[in-house]
Amino acid sequence: MKQLSAEDIEDLAVGAWILGTGGGGSPYHALLNLRRLYADGARVDLIDIDELDDDDAIAVVSVMGAPLVILERLVDSKLIARAVSAMEEHLGRKFRAVMAIEIGGGNGMQPLLAAAHLGIPVVDADAMGRAYPEAQMTSFAVGDLSPSPLTSIDPRGSEVIIARTPTWKWMERVSRKICTEFGSIAATCKAPRTGAEVRKWGIPRTTTKAIRLGRAVAEANRRHADPIAAVLEAESGMRLFAGKIVEVERRTTEGFLRGRTVIEGLGEDRGGKVEINFQNEWVVVWRDGKPVVSTPELICVLDSESGEAIGTETIRYGQRATVIALPASAVFLSPRGLDHVGPRAFGYDIDFKSVFQS
Amino acid sequence: MKRIGIDVGGTNTDAVLVAEGKVIHSVKAATTADITSGIVASIKALDAAVDLKSGVDALMIGTTHFINAVVQRRHLTRVAAIRVALPATGALPPFTGWPADLAALANGGAWQIEGGHDYDGRRFMPLDVAAARAAARQIRERGLKHAVVTAMFSPLDASDEEAIAAILREEIPGLSVTCSHLLGGIGLLERENAAILNASLIALAEETIGAFQQAKAQIGISAPLFVTQNDGTVAEAARAAAFPVFGFASGPTNSMRGAAYLSGIKEAIVVDVGGTTADFGHLRLGFPREANAVVHVGGVRTLFRMPDLISIGLGGGSHVDLDAMTIGPLSVGYRLTTDALVFGGDRLTATDVAVAGGLLDLGERRRVAHLGADTVNAVLRRAKEMIEDHVDRMKTGAGDVTLIAVGGGAFLVPETLQGVARVVRVEHGACANAVGAAIAQVSGEVDQVFQGTTRGEAIAAARKLADNRAVEAGADADSLVMVEAEDTPIAYLPGNAMRVRVKVVGDIRVT
Repeated sequence: MKQLSAEDIEDLAVGAWILGTGGGGSPYHALLNLRRLYADGARVDLIDIDELDDDDAIAVVSVMGAPLVILERLVDSKLIARAVSAMEEHLGRKFRAVMAIEIGGGNGMQPLLAAAHLGIPVVDADAMGRAYPEAQMTSFAVGDLSPSPLTSIDPRGSEVIIARTPTWKWMERVSRKICTEFGSIAATCKAPRTGAEVRKWGIPRTTTKAIRLGRAVAEANRRHADPIAAVLEAESGMRLFAGKIVEVERRTTEGFLRGRTVIEGLGEDRGGKVEINFQNEWVVVWRDGKPVVSTPELICVLDSESGEAIGTETIRYGQRATVIALPASAVFLSPRGLDHVGPRAFGYDIDFKSVFQS
Repeated sequence: MKRIGIDVGGTNTDAVLVAEGKVIHSVKAATTADITSGIVASIKALDAAVDLKSGVDALMIGTTHFINAVVQRRHLTRVAAIRVALPATGALPPFTGWPADLAALANGGAWQIEGGHDYDGRRFMPLDVAAARAAARQIRERGLKHAVVTAMFSPLDASDEEAIAAILREEIPGLSVTCSHLLGGIGLLERENAAILNASLIALAEETIGAFQQAKAQIGISAPLFVTQNDGTVAEAARAAAFPVFGFASGPTNSMRGAAYLSGIKEAIVVDVGGTTADFGHLRLGFPREANAVVHVGGVRTLFRMPDLISIGLGGGSHVDLDAMTIGPLSVGYRLTTDALVFGGDRLTATDVAVAGGLLDLGERRRVAHLGADTVNAVLRRAKEMIEDHVDRMKTGAGDVTLIAVGGGAFLVPETLQGVARVVRVEHGACANAVGAAIAQVSGEVDQVFQGTTRGEAIAAARKLADNRAVEAGADADSLVMVEAEDTPIAYLPGNAMRVRVKVVGDIRVT
């Protein structure tokens, strides 16, 4: 176990936002909560998956909903802690530790908020290795682990337990409905996992990965070096395209933010053009009508100058952006993994082809 | 077309006359405590040199007064912040994330009450009117004069903010209330921060713009008064007084637009060294590069659309501390001509050091004869380091850049700097900001929800409204161009609802 420093938390916020691949919601409010908690003396420990016992009970948390809504409802650390306590009450047992369902975006920090209140460590792992828009898009779903139970919390006092659903899809549908009723945002504790399940199906060491990414950007900026090169180097990524945002189109359908953006090349990419489709997160990059990179590989659109991630909600005309790809976790590259999170899972009738093998 | 552009800085008041696309004349006067006499003096000086009697179309004034107040933590009024969002958002109360020194000056207390809306227009919680009245009584007891109301999702439904504002005004006659929905879009904390900064500056803004009007009356100019805004456009005086934050970055914006206009250079770093601050910006295609959404003002996070700037406390009036070998951030400001050593004062300023070093001929040089060459060089080296460091921060690549040095304190910018290929200085450069003000355009903006139309129809309808507003604000209809169009869908409202924001700009109509 290792105690996270105040600096680790700042770096985690930057790295989690990059791993959000355009979605996942900004970690800023979670960071503000954590700064306050740390100022009040709270400290959070990070526990490696190899330190877990097989039958340890692990809470898996996230805030579901539209990032746009979080900008107004903000983040309250007590809500995610309450989601975990409500699950403990339902199960009649205490959790050994808490982990993120998705490391990407604000949800990468939610387990830290719960942990600060509950006094238990955070597991250095998640179930996406990035952010995805739907509950069945996890390594736990690929591993066919139980999708239930789930607790869902609204600050006005409504607490819902979904005791059982037959499939992950059903869990997504039912929990999404509740989330929508709550105002398109809910603090949730997902199906609890055992230590053995986390070791087998969890995506290991993604919290430390996010901290490493954030630190690479911060240090590059301090040295006036290229932060994007630092990100690529830190995580064996690939630079795809750099240019200026010339078009953004968004629409909200079925509770998702869908749309597209067009980037016109600058510098060495002058004369070129790419289009990126999104469903909360970046899904497919197209060039000359052909897919260049798609989920599950990570598509990150970074501010060309600061290296900080640009989200699908906030991207706007005129921004200078660099598109990079980071490798996906191996669990999603299997045929079963691709069923869950490949391009067809997002409605694109194209075969997945790794950009790293072309 | 004949316009007077004026920039009221912390130290100098600059005035230019621009006619038929040319700078006819520029003058510099000291900013005065009452502001009015400085403006009057600058216009009189202008009038003495060129003919102002015939046909001035507009008087356009820009000022760094308001942002200086935040940077220097001066002239700020304490604000009561009322948040209408409980039981959500309680973990992050108003003033969260503020620098402690600024919060200490602006924080008149925070009240959180139940109410607000959700993103789909449904009510979040019933508005707690009793809590609002209780808050109002406490605000009255504390003797606060300015309040801010921020309700959840107020950009989509402003009714709770308006209801609370009405209650506050009823309970506390004369209270000034800033509603957050008038200052920004979605993003509760940033919108609230902007509203609080705005409210804490209103007293200063009313006084300042009142002084502008007085100056105009005194000099006998009947042309309308406009005040320049962050985006390089102008607003009519009354609106500008109610929303000082929209003029926050107008000084640097004007300098950069003026620097581009005067030099004909469209890609460069610009440094505008005034009496109190030095502002660094990046010109691209002749316009300031905009910051990426979140902008920190005096350490506070906001969502203003502003040029990407770094502002540091380095200017001609900056205090110099020889023991610590520091320059600024405090400045004698407009009291340069009384407080600086060369003018017989007792405060050592950057101007004094420049006079001692022979860079400037101002005041009485003998009064700084005691400053040795080593001392002078050490101070100037410190200024050079500060400038090099911030030019470097503004850079987007490793290569050397062109640096346009403008402003009355540009004498602090040396001819050679690390990372700079050449330093460009332009005629009338000391008044670049006033030139930028004089060439400013008028804008019209619309931000509203449309239903039952296609995206294209909604944008076209918004464009038409924006055009009308721009023309009402004094724009020439034929010159209008749409500079921004943004649409955000709002789910769960009937009829494919979308929020559309459109902005158009055009030239001032000459009648």
